[in-house]
Amino acid sequence: MTDLSMPQSQTEPRSQSAVGKVALRWLLYVLLGLFALYYLMPLFVMLTTSLKSLEEIRTGSLISLPREVSFDAWKTAWSGACTGIQCEGLRPYFWNSVLIAVPAVAISTLLGALNGYVVAHWRFKGANIIFSLMLFGCFIPFQVVLLPMARLLGMMGIAGTIPGLIFVHVIYGLGFTTLFFRNYYVTIPSELTKAARVDGAGFLRIFWSIFLPLSLPIIVVTVIWQFTQIWNDFLFGVSFSQAGTQPVTVALNNIVNSTTGVKEYNVDMAAAIIAGLPTLLVYVVAGKYFIRGLTAGSVKG
Amino acid sequence: MAPILDINKLYKNYGATEILKDINISIEPGDFLVLVGPSGCGKSTLLNCIAGLEEITGGTLSIGGNDMTHVSPKDRDIAMVFQSYALYPTMTVAKNITFGMKVRGVDQATQDAKLKEVAQLLQIEPLLNRRPSQLSGGQRQRVAMGRALVRDPKLFLFDEPLSNLDAKLRVEMRTEIKKLHQTLDASIVYVTHDQIEAMTLATKIVVLKGGVVQQIGTPAEIYNNPANLFVADFMGSPAMNLIPAQAHKNGAGTQIAIARDSGETLVLNDARDLALPKDVILGLRPEDIAEAGFRAGDGVQEAECLVDMVEPAGADTYVVSELGGKQVTARLHAETSAQAGKMLNLAFDMSKVSYFAQETGERLN
Repeated sequence: MTDLSMPQSQTEPRSQSAVGKVALRWLLYVLLGLFALYYLMPLFVMLTTSLKSLEEIRTGSLISLPREVSFDAWKTAWSGACTGIQCEGLRPYFWNSVLIAVPAVAISTLLGALNGYVVAHWRFKGANIIFSLMLFGCFIPFQVVLLPMARLLGMMGIAGTIPGLIFVHVIYGLGFTTLFFRNYYVTIPSELTKAARVDGAGFLRIFWSIFLPLSLPIIVVTVIWQFTQIWNDFLFGVSFSQAGTQPVTVALNNIVNSTTGVKEYNVDMAAAIIAGLPTLLVYVVAGKYFIRGLTAGSVKG
Repeated sequence: MAPILDINKLYKNYGATEILKDINISIEPGDFLVLVGPSGCGKSTLLNCIAGLEEITGGTLSIGGNDMTHVSPKDRDIAMVFQSYALYPTMTVAKNITFGMKVRGVDQATQDAKLKEVAQLLQIEPLLNRRPSQLSGGQRQRVAMGRALVRDPKLFLFDEPLSNLDAKLRVEMRTEIKKLHQTLDASIVYVTHDQIEAMTLATKIVVLKGGVVQQIGTPAEIYNNPANLFVADFMGSPAMNLIPAQAHKNGAGTQIAIARDSGETLVLNDARDLALPKDVILGLRPEDIAEAGFRAGDGVQEAECLVDMVEPAGADTYVVSELGGKQVTARLHAETSAQAGKMLNLAFDMSKVSYFAQETGERLN
């Protein structure tokens, strides 16, 4: 009965706080909008510049829209721009990157899943140490391993080849992919493995029939992560490739740096967008799974 | 008949820690063995050892007369039901149940026939195409049992299968498991920490504590003649009253003296000829203390006690009185006139008393 008098006395402050809430919300939206504009600015400049002619770039303002839309720069960037002495554009290098990234992502994801499965559900003596060492691998700066890796690739006879680059990326990705899958799989009750063992399933059968079908969210996370890392990698690409096996990032660098006479900003911008497009696409397509999967390992349900 | 399960001198260590020590258990076909004990007593580890999910450190283990000490789980001819049910989340109920048969390469026709049979038995036919996430706790429990039943194994293993269910459902499923045991005449090893589950289901109970078997026996044996203070205290609810007392030889029988804070020493006579030390712990179940006049028998003796508390529980009323420095519970009939702070004549059934050594806690009679 005492509750009945409560709403009346609270009406006044409640309406005040409601107004405050709306104001706060709008302030938040405006602020977020400003930030978004700020972050989108470079992309806007790149896009407009790539659609302008060289003449217009020289005379016009940096942030103005193109007077005349022209895709010539894109054509040049894709198939005509010079990287040093060759003038084939980004195209061959783009395919190099695809040839490197796709198998490297697939292999490192699959191995990471297997590793994570073992570390989380087939505990053996020293499992913790091995897992810690793998984690440690995530934090070794790339530069440290350049020389030993070059030597190793040479000894294996795959220096300067695409398989060599795939190998490097798989090795470097394993720490992360194992971590992702391990953290995901530890949330799966071990009784599931036990039940399957009593049912007669072996190591691989349990992985294939029970764990993999459960893994879609974490596979998406791993694929996005690995694809972004490998596609955007420059250091390994420039260190362990030779003419003809360079990835798109290295080619982009070469296009931008090998200027003869006038600097073709529109071509540079178009080339940069082309080089960045695949990762952008992956984020747009699978981005919502990314956030979902990243939190899946830490918070259950 | 040969024992269906024979565990001989089983030891299990994790590194230097001994989890199970010198376990010897043997059960006949059709037995319902319940492993009971507090958390961390090693009962689930023992079950995992029987299943082959844990390697044992020492001793031997045979199932159905075959040595299974180092055989992998799938070849032990067992089926197991887990506490969390462990249903495969991405498979339908039907696939969950047939997964084992599929792995073992059983042909499709047999799989279908078996599935139908088990689904009928457990009344889960309408659920076969659902996924585990779409089932209630009780339904998941049924499916988990279905998965075990299709194997038609020599031995069923249950690892606390009811502890994730709410109280009402737990009692229902308990009855159902008992019924299933009777219909199928299956041999079962069942782990629980719930002593009521143990009492109601078992044909044979093993009480474990700290990896050591405390007592093996039928529910009646365990309940009426607990082997030590731990078993006496663990089995039964409310727990057995354990009262410090002094014993003296008195002719053919024994005189028991119990000190009281609230008055003169309570003196009771046990007609049995017992060789007891002076200081003992007297164990008497609440139901063996009744209101005077409501209990007859040779061993019954009446004495006046001060009632500290009255706790009506519906079917019974519990009365608490202080004896030997302990709160002693008596189970009286519901319409008792007992009142807190008043004296009440209680009848002690001395023929039911257990005596334990004060030092070791071992049973003396």
